Amino acid sequence: MSDFNNGFWNVWVIVLTIGSIIFCVLLLWSQSRARNAKGEVTGHVWDEDLQEYNNPLPNWWRWLFYLTIVFSFGYLALYPGLGTYAGSKGWTSTGQYELERDAAEAQFKAAYGELLTQNIELVATNDKAREAGERLFLNYCAQCHGSDAKGAKGFPNLTDADWLWGGEPAQIKETLTNGRMAVMPPFAHLGPQKIKDVAYYVRSLSGLVNPHAPEADRGKAVYNSAGCAACHGAEGKGNLGLAPNLTDKVWLYGSRDATLIETISKGRTNSMPAFGEFLGEDKVHLLTAYVYGLSLGNRAEAGK
Amino acid sequence: MQEQAAYNYQVVRQFTVMTVIWGVVGMLVGVIIAAQLVWPELNFAEWFSYGRLRPLHTNAVIFAFGGCSLFATSYYCVQRTSHAPLFAPKLAAFTFWGWQLVIVLAAISLPLGYTSGKEYAELEWPIDILIAVVWVSYAVVFFGTIMKRKTPHIYVANWFFGGFILTVALLHIVNSAEIPVSLTKSYSAYAGVQDAMIQWWYGHNAVGFFLTAGFLGMMYYFVPKQAERPVYSYRLSVVHFWALIFTYMWAGPHHLHYTALPDWTQSLGMIFSLILLAPSWGGMINGIMTLSGAWHKLRDDPILKFMITSLSFYGMSTFEGPMMSIKTVNALSHYTDWTVGHVHSGALGWVAFIAIGSCYYLIPRMFGKTEMYSKRLIELHFWIATLGIVLYIASMWIAGVMQGLMWGATNPDGTLTYSFVESVKDSYPFWAIRLLGGVMFLSGMLLMTWNLIQTMRGGRAVNDAPVLAPAAAH
Repeated sequence: MSDFNNGFWNVWVIVLTIGSIIFCVLLLWSQSRARNAKGEVTGHVWDEDLQEYNNPLPNWWRWLFYLTIVFSFGYLALYPGLGTYAGSKGWTSTGQYELERDAAEAQFKAAYGELLTQNIELVATNDKAREAGERLFLNYCAQCHGSDAKGAKGFPNLTDADWLWGGEPAQIKETLTNGRMAVMPPFAHLGPQKIKDVAYYVRSLSGLVNPHAPEADRGKAVYNSAGCAACHGAEGKGNLGLAPNLTDKVWLYGSRDATLIETISKGRTNSMPAFGEFLGEDKVHLLTAYVYGLSLGNRAEAGK
Repeated sequence: MQEQAAYNYQVVRQFTVMTVIWGVVGMLVGVIIAAQLVWPELNFAEWFSYGRLRPLHTNAVIFAFGGCSLFATSYYCVQRTSHAPLFAPKLAAFTFWGWQLVIVLAAISLPLGYTSGKEYAELEWPIDILIAVVWVSYAVVFFGTIMKRKTPHIYVANWFFGGFILTVALLHIVNSAEIPVSLTKSYSAYAGVQDAMIQWWYGHNAVGFFLTAGFLGMMYYFVPKQAERPVYSYRLSVVHFWALIFTYMWAGPHHLHYTALPDWTQSLGMIFSLILLAPSWGGMINGIMTLSGAWHKLRDDPILKFMITSLSFYGMSTFEGPMMSIKTVNALSHYTDWTVGHVHSGALGWVAFIAIGSCYYLIPRMFGKTEMYSKRLIELHFWIATLGIVLYIASMWIAGVMQGLMWGATNPDGTLTYSFVESVKDSYPFWAIRLLGGVMFLSGMLLMTWNLIQTMRGGRAVNDAPVLAPAAAH
């Protein structure tokens, strides 16, 4: 797409650019023609003793100035600069990026060959693939999930057996490729007392507080009537890809009373960005295997 | 008739004293944020966090320290070289109090998190309007005094001061065009890449006019005065003045290499930055060569040492700038600490040194003394500050090149060799050295403050310096 909405601006830029460089040449040329003798003052005096010599322009400086101007004309002939004129080398910054990216992707394909087509369970056991996956993880994932992949507030731990969107290879790959977006709606309309009660009840589900306390009973009633169960299920065990399990020990935002009250009152919106287009299939494949492999030990334990 | 007329020294004196005070404050904030990079635990409160203190540091050193020094020196120079007291003295007093109010409002609003998000133009719209009003008043006072001048010619320093005042008004008003949504929040009038382009047109010319043209004006008055020698070449000052103010305007896009800015715009930013090299160096040549025939004065005049060293740093950073604007070099240097080193070789080496030298010239004259309280303290200030700059910029160069190389390094499989956090980890020693350099520079400013207080004690506020008649024309 052209950068100009009509042809006039193209001509405007070209004329202005060339005219400006020529202005520099003329300024320099006109002022070097005056041949002044060295050590001659101009005759003007300010503030008692401020005077000026009228020494000629130093030659080396003059030629440095001309040299930069010659370079500029050369550069403008070779590279884009004069409006829509593309430059004789046909260079673009997008083109340079694509060239470098394609070369890197070809290197990647060559380096990992058949690993890129094997199934994830198999790739996850390959040392070479795991090392490459770790490097990719540290560059593209660790900013949120941490270098140890154990997550942080709002960013899930990838090493445990708990999955918000599913831990099977195809599900992980889907998450990496297209990203995920989750919303917990705000329930501020319930009012502070009901929110407090339902927070108490939710905490009682994982044994953090006494499930037989009167607050828990009141909270349970709110839980059922306010619509919490629609997503989190009647028993609070959650639904994969929709709402987290409230009965386990895993808390994305923390299990403190105040945190839960904040979550219920204000809601939460969170997303995992899509990496498919940015990293390409091959890297996503190795990353999927790496992430899948991170929790293998813990899954075996959870399954016991 | 006007025999008893006196130069307006009061506003010059006020701005000179505030230059030193804001210098200490601005550099102290710089030292704090340098320490926060070494010890992130120091980000203990929102209002004390790096993200909020960094704009406070840049605003304080550029607009409070640099701004006050420009007001002080331009008001002093324009009166004395026009052989007329300042035009509209009440308006001049307003520029002092108005500017101090801007600084205080910045010091409150930035840590509280009020920002328009534009680098070096973070202040919100009510403060922007106040700046514009003060700045237009400044222009009226300055050009009014020029109009009143008793000499046929305008001295070269005033060309640079005048160019700086007009251009900064233009830059500030265009870049700060914004749509207020409340008293403390506004949105830029421009969108997307146009907003980025306007921002860096402003940002680069803030360097070019506020920190270069203005300080060249300072150089053109105080260097020949302190050296007691004529300016080297009138001819050179004509060429480099027009070429400098003309070419600087084009150079902004070099801050946006390899971004969404169209390629042709990036190229123009680069070639005009290269063309800018010679015009920039014109000022260095004119300043340094002014000393030819008087080199011996450098031996025992620490004020002249400040001035000549500032010109050397000016020459160095105006060479480095065009080099960094070359796309290939920029691919390595952009976003790294090299940029931070480059900025500080200009800001500490050039801007602060010429301002400090000029203040040392002004302070005794403002307080009825022939020289500063202690020359040895100036000497000590010079050496501690010079060593501080060397530590600062050398560590940032090394850190910057290291970061650029680490970010670009790839494995045989085409993936990146280092994760970002590894480059952060490896930068720590250099950040610690930078902190040491900053502490040294700040210590120098504290010596200057002590020297200022001692000079003020027992001095008197000079308000009766008689306006001189111009020398008879040859």
